[in-house]
Amino acid sequence: MSEQGDLIVVGAGPAGLSAAAAALAGGLRVVLVDSGTTVGGQYWRHPPEHARAAIRTDDLHHRLREYRALADALSAARTAGRLDLRTAHHVWSAVREDGGFAVHAADRREAPAETLVVLRAPRLLVATGAYDRQLPFPGWDLPGVLTIGGLQALLKGGGVTAGGRVALGGTGPFLLPVAAGLAARGAEVVAVCEAASPLAWLRHPGPLLRNPGKWAEGAGYALALARHRVRVRPRTAIVRAEGDDRVTAVRIASLAADGSPRPGTERRVEVDAVGVGWGFAPQLDLLVPLGCELTAAEDGNAVVAVDDGQRTTVPGLYAAGEVCGVGGAPLAVAEGRLAAESVLADAGAAPVPGDPAVRAERLAAARTTVARQRAFARAMALAHPLPAAWSEWLTDETVVCRCEEVTAGAVRAACADGGAPDHRQVKQLTRAGMGWCQGRMCGPAVHCLAARGRPYVPAERLVATPVTLGALAGLDEMEEQ
Amino acid sequence: MTQKVVVVGAGVVGAACAFHAASAGMDVTVVDRGPVGGGTTSRGEGNVLLSDKEPGPELDLARLSRALWDEAAGELGPDTLEFEPKGGLVVASTAEGLAELRAFAARQEAAGVRAEPVDRVHDLEPHLAPGVPGGVLYPQDAQVQPVLAAAALLRAAVRHGARFRNGEVAAGVTGPDGRITGVRTAAGGVLPADAVVNAAGTWGGEVGRRLGAPVEVLPRRGFVLVTEPLPPMVRHKVYSADYVANVASSDAGLETSCVVEGTRGGTVLIGASRERVGFDTTMNPAVVARLAAQACRLFPFLRDVHLIRAYRGFRPYCPDHLPVVGPDPRVPGVFHACGHEGAGIGLAPGTGALVTAHLLGRPWRGADPAAHTGLLPDRFLTSKGASE
Repeated sequence: MSEQGDLIVVGAGPAGLSAAAAALAGGLRVVLVDSGTTVGGQYWRHPPEHARAAIRTDDLHHRLREYRALADALSAARTAGRLDLRTAHHVWSAVREDGGFAVHAADRREAPAETLVVLRAPRLLVATGAYDRQLPFPGWDLPGVLTIGGLQALLKGGGVTAGGRVALGGTGPFLLPVAAGLAARGAEVVAVCEAASPLAWLRHPGPLLRNPGKWAEGAGYALALARHRVRVRPRTAIVRAEGDDRVTAVRIASLAADGSPRPGTERRVEVDAVGVGWGFAPQLDLLVPLGCELTAAEDGNAVVAVDDGQRTTVPGLYAAGEVCGVGGAPLAVAEGRLAAESVLADAGAAPVPGDPAVRAERLAAARTTVARQRAFARAMALAHPLPAAWSEWLTDETVVCRCEEVTAGAVRAACADGGAPDHRQVKQLTRAGMGWCQGRMCGPAVHCLAARGRPYVPAERLVATPVTLGALAGLDEMEEQ
Repeated sequence: MTQKVVVVGAGVVGAACAFHAASAGMDVTVVDRGPVGGGTTSRGEGNVLLSDKEPGPELDLARLSRALWDEAAGELGPDTLEFEPKGGLVVASTAEGLAELRAFAARQEAAGVRAEPVDRVHDLEPHLAPGVPGGVLYPQDAQVQPVLAAAALLRAAVRHGARFRNGEVAAGVTGPDGRITGVRTAAGGVLPADAVVNAAGTWGGEVGRRLGAPVEVLPRRGFVLVTEPLPPMVRHKVYSADYVANVASSDAGLETSCVVEGTRGGTVLIGASRERVGFDTTMNPAVVARLAAQACRLFPFLRDVHLIRAYRGFRPYCPDHLPVVGPDPRVPGVFHACGHEGAGIGLAPGTGALVTAHLLGRPWRGADPAAHTGLLPDRFLTSKGASE
């Protein structure tokens, strides 16, 4: 089978960009695949090329210099014919084949038309990132209730605020840049409900002290929010959204130590948009069917197990960024770099011109960054846990699986009466997770209801993104010829 | 004294065995290492088919089983099983194929299957591809949601006094006369039993070995495709006549002949490939593409429909493609109920009743051991000796 390159990188966010740039610098031919129309992923999401002059988003970004350096390196490699950049390609399956890998993607540059392509290379690096982890609450399925990642994508991708009066809720530092971005674009951020207590950080002060960059970033948001008179309310949560056709108000409650709403503290706040996020769920859809070993992370997710060079347990398969544990862009960039160095070493690539001492120094710096940032990510996960008693917000009528409209009552019955020990069996008994999103949205919540305390291992999804049967039929005809 | 029965396996076959044995008044314990219906049961489409079976021992069991599915639906409520007696429509793609199909259907009719030749297939399935020359309607073909069906059968068994234990069977325990007296679990405990039913499906070969009564049960991999939810477009189980040839085939390579059907959830199921690749769980995009291409040829509207999921499982098959149901002469008290290949859902209630009849030593709910001797384990032991 013909191979398109020495390495396929899936995902052009911070980890994938960094990995691709380092592998190209090392002399490899790289295929970089991403579902977006431009590179950058979620962190460096930008408006489409043609709209960039009209929609300025630079002030919403961090580390733009790094992004531009990576993008420039890629452009140069593309011009030189060593980078095959496949934007608007949605990977639906990745399999091992003849000692290498075949990556099956739907080319949607001419959407809604789609053509299936097969990309082959001896090595594969998966950097597919993560997406917002959601916990259901009454009213969360009303129009106007979004994920905070969704709010951020609207801001960065189009300079759009989802509403004029916005309440944010959930846990984790990601609430802050979204609140600051909304405020900077003129939205009134009426509440930022952080479920955790700020004191939780005091139990693990080391990682915070060793990461002054994070400290400075936090202080920056605090200033920005103070300027817009936005208050972060610790130990509170949005426990209900109200409205007929769309959200018009939220109920906010103070939380007891176990995360249950404290009686009598509920108050109603009028809003026209809501953003919620409870940390992130790694996007493992390509990695699980490839048979990688997983390991438990502190935030309750199963993540890909990698060695200190970002090698998974499958030979020739590497992973970098949030799939190895949610930890933010600087960690992802450093992991991408380490992964690329492993690929170069394992491929027996000829040493590149340049000062070996400088390269060794950069590599050592990447290793230090990874170690420090991972420690920070662990501390962050411990300081921002899912509230133990979050399911007390649910009524039996609250929809948990939105695609198949399965309620919390049905999920609880499947666990209690049906003896379902995990989300997979709940799915079989109730259809929760059988719909359009295949449990990507409700999976963590159903898992928490069925098997709290164990790490969340997502369902195996052999089809990573929907593809039309007609396009698949075309692939069959192509393979027959 | 009440007969103590341990059923190994809580798939649809084990659940049906437990349901019938408990209904007959036996003291039943079901043991499985996973949840109810967690193995091959959860990987199928829920076929209850007569249409794909040649006259012979399997069709005899299928006819019994079909009647017992009606009974189960009546007793447990059709909704608890998502039981849908929707009928099957088998279509031919050529005039020659149609003649073969009709001859096959005539033989099935002589064996007691309802089979109705259809010339105007588009009256039954308006979205079928133009140019299909005709087919045969099998009104008795039906569908259940397999895990719900297994769970409902097990719940009914529990209402009749059965117990469900999580655990893995490590070995059989036998008395001085060689008769089974119980099973030892991996956790170390012993479940006493007068009889042990091996309903472990694809793992039936291994469980048989642990009980001292090995049978050859091998895995045959299959992929099933699931589309996005749609308004009702496909009314029957629709498949091409090639499917019958593939079901009965022993070919080691890949075979695909798709079965297309709608479900209550609105999704369209497209099954199923057949590959003999051992317990290899690897995704095979070429197989998925082949099934999609065949489904699109039957129903062109599917070209614009999204595939949202594919799943695969391992059908348990015996070398002669017949299930093995009945007492094992080597270890008195061990009864096999496995090796149903792709027909386990459809054959489950019949198998449960037949096993119960064997346990009772007399017919039970229409199952007469004397009428199903072709399924006995003896057939492997007499012709070529024990398979291991």
